[in-house]
Amino acid sequence: MRYALALLVSALLLLNAGCKREHRVFDPGAAQASVAYAAPLDPVHPGGPSAPAAPYIPSARALSQYEQSAYAVGEGKRLYMAFNCVGCHQHGGGGIGPALMDAQWIYGSHPEQIYASIVEGRPNGMPSFAGKIAEYQVWELVAYVRSMSGQLPEDIAPSRSDEMPVVKAEQARPKEHPQDQQKDRKAQP
Amino acid sequence: MMSLAAVPGFSGDQTSLNPVGPGAAHIEHTFALIFWITAVVYCIVMAVLVIGIWRRHHSLDTMPDPQPTSAESDQRAQRIVAVAIGVTIVLLFTMMISSFAASRAIATMNYEQALTIHVFGHEWWWEVQYPSDQAWKSVVTANEIHVPVGVTIRIHGTSRDVIHSFWAPNVQGKRDLLPGYDTDLMLKVDQPGRYRGQCAEYCGEQHAHMAFYIVAQSQDDFNHWLQGQQKSAPPPATPQTLHGQQVFLTHACVMCHTIRGTTAGSRVGPDLTHLASRSTIAAGMLPNNTANLAGWILNAQNIKPGCRMPPNALSGSDLQDLVAYLETLQ
Repeated sequence: MRYALALLVSALLLLNAGCKREHRVFDPGAAQASVAYAAPLDPVHPGGPSAPAAPYIPSARALSQYEQSAYAVGEGKRLYMAFNCVGCHQHGGGGIGPALMDAQWIYGSHPEQIYASIVEGRPNGMPSFAGKIAEYQVWELVAYVRSMSGQLPEDIAPSRSDEMPVVKAEQARPKEHPQDQQKDRKAQP
Repeated sequence: MMSLAAVPGFSGDQTSLNPVGPGAAHIEHTFALIFWITAVVYCIVMAVLVIGIWRRHHSLDTMPDPQPTSAESDQRAQRIVAVAIGVTIVLLFTMMISSFAASRAIATMNYEQALTIHVFGHEWWWEVQYPSDQAWKSVVTANEIHVPVGVTIRIHGTSRDVIHSFWAPNVQGKRDLLPGYDTDLMLKVDQPGRYRGQCAEYCGEQHAHMAFYIVAQSQDDFNHWLQGQQKSAPPPATPQTLHGQQVFLTHACVMCHTIRGTTAGSRVGPDLTHLASRSTIAAGMLPNNTANLAGWILNAQNIKPGCRMPPNALSGSDLQDLVAYLETLQ
């Protein structure tokens, strides 16, 4: 009887530990809410030109909170559809734009490199989103883009799609090893 | 049938006890019938119970021995039980048939003559479209459904994300809006007025703040409103509103919102072409005025945590001009 009670209590405690696995941050604060801006490298701007501002590419250290939050990655997935990334990159397989679920990264697979690619734009088609997306939303997109090639832990990456799934859920994708990161590793002594 | 709408607190713009259309009226009649039957039955049962307790109490005092049962009293008891069962069956059938009749009357409302309005549930607002044969005549608005009085309306609904439920209790019963599946709800409003509706299927953090209004008006007023909505947004007339438009088009607003007549054409958030003609913002949460609009743009997450509108760190002058521009969008 005492054994059963102890088992019940520990089971309840375990349940309690499962609550509030992560805290959803809805209001990221004024600094993160200002639009991301960098000198555009592509003349294409969604919705027309943007208001000029001081170029600023934050370091990737700020983003760990987005790569560790399933909610933030889920929001990134929603924004990936909303801002029409899906129009060119499809659900990771690529088409008009390069594939995002493989190991090849033309402009780098590090979070701050992906951030720069989104904000600055890239030649031959990738629009510059400078001045159009809040900084924290760019980080959410970066986190989601990295989840597409299995860079994020299973409990963070999205587990299912709202629409008819055409590829495996991000959670179930094999972890690709980006070629640029392998080169980095080799270059180090 | 005695209506319950006369009871204070039971009348209002969001109650099924104050029906303003045939759909809600059928439901209200069924409810009132069931309410009165069950109220009377409850009173009778309670009265019999009280009398039984009271008589038993007295008989114990006066007669210590239990009364022997006779054949006559047995028969009498049997007859009473039989009549009670008969009445119960009749009442249950009355309620069932009334419910069937109401469902049937609602289900057989005339589809052919109906005005079709498309309603899309979003987390957490309502997109409303008035389709037309000609593209330029179709109207997109949000959270406010204008309908002509006395005309059958077909609400053709679906969801853009999770399951929502369309419910304006004064007008009609509920209908779920399902992702990837279309549903129809027929309704008709007989009295002009503003009726509040709400999402009736839990859909996430801000489910409680997902309201809409049905604005019932005469056919002439409705046509006038529809023609106004078909127009593109007027070009800004003053330097302030011109700057406000520039702020809109060069900042994050343009990523999600449409203002017809400008380069803003995204369909993620509500269409703002005639924002100033709507009486509320944030899906019926706040009155549409300067202060609320400015607060909403600056940090919607403070007002409606979890909603899709990001905070916007705009300078004071940019914000003022933007709100001034948005308020010209009649």
